[in-house]
Parts: sequence; C-alpha cells; structure tokens
Amino acid sequence: MRCVAEIQCPGKLKMKKNIVTTKYYNIPKGEKFIFESGLKLVDLTIAYETYGELNEEKTNAVLLCHALSGDAHVAGYHQDDKKPGWWDEMVGSGRAFDTDKYFVICSNVIGGCKGSSGPKSQNPDTDRPYGLSFPIVTIRDMVSAQKKLVNHLGIEKLLAVCGGSMGGMQALQWAVEYPEEVVACIPIASAYKHTAQQIAFDEVGRQAIMADPEWKSGDYYGEEGGYPSRGLAVARMIGHITYMSNESMDKKFGRVLKKEKLGYDFTTEFEVEGYLRYRGDSFVKRFDANSYLYLTKAMDYFDLQKDKKLGHAFKGVGSRFLVIAFSSDWLYPAEQSKEIVKALKMNGIDVTYCEISSAYGHDAFLLEFEEQAKLIKYFLKKSFKKTEKQEQRQTLTGES
Amino acid sequence: MISKTKEGLRLDHKVIGDMVKSASSVLDMGCGSGGLLEYLVENMDVKGTGVEINEDAIYSCVEKGLSVSHGDIDSGLSDYPDRLFDYVIFNQTMQQVHKPDEAIAEALRIGKKVIIGFPNFCHITARFQLFFRGQVPITSSLPDEWYNTPNLHFLSIKDFKGFCAARGIKIEKSVFLSENRIIKFMPNLFALDAIFQISK
Repeated sequence: MRCVAEIQCPGKLKMKKNIVTTKYYNIPKGEKFIFESGLKLVDLTIAYETYGELNEEKTNAVLLCHALSGDAHVAGYHQDDKKPGWWDEMVGSGRAFDTDKYFVICSNVIGGCKGSSGPKSQNPDTDRPYGLSFPIVTIRDMVSAQKKLVNHLGIEKLLAVCGGSMGGMQALQWAVEYPEEVVACIPIASAYKHTAQQIAFDEVGRQAIMADPEWKSGDYYGEEGGYPSRGLAVARMIGHITYMSNESMDKKFGRVLKKEKLGYDFTTEFEVEGYLRYRGDSFVKRFDANSYLYLTKAMDYFDLQKDKKLGHAFKGVGSRFLVIAFSSDWLYPAEQSKEIVKALKMNGIDVTYCEISSAYGHDAFLLEFEEQAKLIKYFLKKSFKKTEKQEQRQTLTGES
Repeated sequence: MISKTKEGLRLDHKVIGDMVKSASSVLDMGCGSGGLLEYLVENMDVKGTGVEINEDAIYSCVEKGLSVSHGDIDSGLSDYPDRLFDYVIFNQTMQQVHKPDEAIAEALRIGKKVIIGFPNFCHITARFQLFFRGQVPITSSLPDEWYNTPNLHFLSIKDFKGFCAARGIKIEKSVFLSENRIIKFMPNLFALDAIFQISK
C-alpha cells in the first residue's frame, strides 16, 4: 500500500513524500507458532511494511531486519509523520535498496512492541496483556516468524537479508537456517554471539527496569497503573553510551555545561547528561519496558556456533556475504565481524568484508549512509545478476 | 611503472592472464582497485577474490562486482583452508609484506600455485645509480624515494631464484619485463619486473 502525496514546503517548493502504511499478518487459525523454548502460541501477529514491487519471477525480494529499538517502518512516511522511517536514506528509488528494482520487506520482530506480538499484546486466554507470560523469544524465533511472513507473501527465495546490530544477527540466522533460500546475506555491525561484555551491558539495562517499583514483575499494563519509566530510561541511557564512541561523544558534548558555571549540586549540569536524559525520556514514550527485557534477552541467547564452532554453523550455506563493520564500534567491534568472515572463508563461501572508518561508534550503521550504500548497491546488483543467470540456466536445462 | 599494451592492457596483467588457466579460482593478495581481478574474471572466467588494506580501493572493487576482503596480507592468508585456490597472486605486493618467507609458505598452503610479480632491484639503471652516484636507485619500477616507498624488501631475480632453490620451491614459469616488452636476455640486468609462477 503506497501512494505519493505532495507536501507543501516553505518557499513554494513542492516535495514528493512517499506515504506507506503498516500491514499486519496473522498466522492462520489452527496453526501454532512453536518457540525455540518449546512454548506455543496460537495467535501471532506480524507487523510489516513493503516497498517497491515483487517481480513476476519473485526473485527481487529483500528482507530488512531491524535492531533493538527499530520497527517495520524502515522508509517513507506514515500519514502526518514529520520524520521518515529509520533507514530511509538507504531504501527508496535510486537508493542502495532501490525500490525501482527490488521488493523490500521489513517486519517488526516478535517480542517487540511495534505491532507484532509481544509482551504488550493481548493474551486471548485472559483478555489481558501477556506481560512476562509471553514466551521467551530468540533470534531464531524472530526469523521463524519472518519466514512465515515471507511464505505468506509468496516468496520462496530471498534475494537478500540485511540488518544492523540485532538485525545482523537475524540476517546470519536466516543464512544458516535456510541455506538455500537466501542469495545474499548482509550483516552490519553485528556478531555471531553475544560476548560476556555484551551480556553484561544488557543485564544492567534489564536490572534498571526490574528495579523500578513500577515494573511490578512486568504486570504494569492497566488503566490506573504506573509505568517503569525511570528504569527504562536508565536502560536506554546505558544503551546510548555503548552506541557512541568516546570520540563522537567528546566531539558532540565535550565538557560543555548547560548553565553558565558549575552549580556545585546534582542538577543536570553537563550537556551530555541532558542529552542522555532526553534520549531516555523520549524512548520511554515509544517503547515497552517488557519488550526491552525480551529483546535484550534474545540477543544474549544468540550464539550461532554449532559444537562450539562457528565454521560448523556455516557448512552448506549457499548465500554470498557482505559483512560490514565500523572502526569505532566498540559494542560490536570489527574483530567479531572478522571472525564471521574467517569462518565463511574457511567454508569456501564467497564473502566481501569492509571495515568502514567512522567516528560514530555502533550508531554508525544508522548514520554512515554513503559508504554503506556504495557497498550494498553494487553487491546487490551482482547478487541479482547471479540469480538472473541461474534462472536462464534453469530455463535452458528445463529445470523448474 | 608497467606500461600498457596496444590494447590498453597492462603488460603484467596480460602476462598473469596468460599464466592462469580459465575458469580457475584466484586469490589476489593486495588487489588494489581490482584491475587485475576484473581482467581475469572477464577474460579468463576465473572465480576471483581479493584482499586489500585500502578502504577506498574496497569500494572500487565492489563497484566492479568483485569479492574483496578488507585487511592486510600478512594476517589475511591464515583465514583460508589448504588448497582452496588454484592460484594465489601477489602482484607488486610481496615486497611490501612484513615477512615474505612466511607469506609465501602460507600462499603455497592455500593455493595450488602462487604467482608473484615484483620489481627487480638489480636492473642495470639501479646498479649504475648505486655504483656511480652512491644513491639508492629510483627506476620506473621502483619510483619512490627511500622515505616514502611502500616497499619493505628489495630483491633481485637472482635472489628470488635462490630463495626458491633453498626451500625446494618449484619455479614453473617465469616472465621478465621491461617497461613495454618481455625481456629474455640477461633478465637480472635488463628486466625491471619479474613474474614467477611457483608451486610446492
């Protein structure tokens, strides 16, 4: 569902704005969704958006996977929105994910709070939100749900799966889980497992939420109830520190004060304090605290290795890879991407790797568009050419 | 500087293209902007990949549709399993690695054959400059000053042959180049560049 609206800009300049709407897919009645933990749900909704057109051969579908705080709204504008989707600079006509050529899909992860089923959703058995009774979600579960959506859209093979951070984990999981159904895999600023340090940061965030008295063991949804705002805001503040680099923080804030001079008290004095508070508070308005617990847990559980070896996990994987890391990313350092690249090479899998020099830290994947676009555009082009060649061969040899 | 043939092709690229069997697999260590790899993919139908340290060169490679890995040669070789490639190529890059002996041993592990192209330090003009001027030579294949050269090692054709002989490395093919043609007569004196194909 997509239309082009014209919006009036100052100076009589008319700009075309792509209006998109979120769609919802419910798994068919009678079908169960089985989580990795063994728990089942009969009612599962996946919120998603699509951009561009699926070609007749159904060979141009690209799935984009969002990170912790993202959603299905990757590009374009919702009606009355001032800001476009979270990766708008990368998705659209003539952009890296060129919607004139490719059919782009992005869905909200399950366990999230942006339209797909998660702890905030209504439990049909109790008519109350699930809260902590929602099954624990893993990266594999997120991918299983995406697979159902992709099948529903009539797509057997994806041209590409791409994502940054937690989205990169989903992309890797796709390639391993469905080795014949992903032509190109593009994990960005990501990892094949969470290390002790990454788990540690997540745990501090979770503890901040759970220590908030308003959290009430996750059962805070109610008309009169409070909301664990302080806890979630602190969790987000910690997260934000890990998404930036020392250099980018110093450049942005330095030791600049909000007031004229030191007040010798505990008010918000430094610019950086104000920024983190603002970030924390604005996050609270748009994100569910329980989802924060679920999604960080999903990342902590993530370990792609088989028999404690990453190389074993990639055996038989048919995708080609573009792995991207950023030089100042200390949350998901380039070394982790290099380990992925090495394991792929050891399996003789076609891989391109680039460490983009950037001062933005982990956030770079949401900011360094030019470099990422250069890599992705041509990598996709080559991948698409390969599928076209394969199609031709199959037609010639009479295979279906 | 190796000049281009009449067809606008770099002479060293043509020589390496003639060495490589069609439809083989190739790893180009220090592939730069991917000129050689692109030539080999387009003309010899090779399955090629490269390793390159320069970020901008990576973008050029990807734009050409090439697979390339961002990293240095010294540590990049250990990422691959034994005998994965038909050819491992070091074109004008061997003299820039930290430990050429280890790099060559690693290349012979991951590749069935190794192709190495390097500037000959004992070309006649280099010898003249050393002997008569008492200065470190600057030739068209060694164009940089001592303070800005990327080369860490300086070797002659004779040195390389001796290196291979001492390690039992087989020299399968060798081609010697001046600026624009192939040199057959006394190459260690008259060739600016050498290209060897070796195997274990």
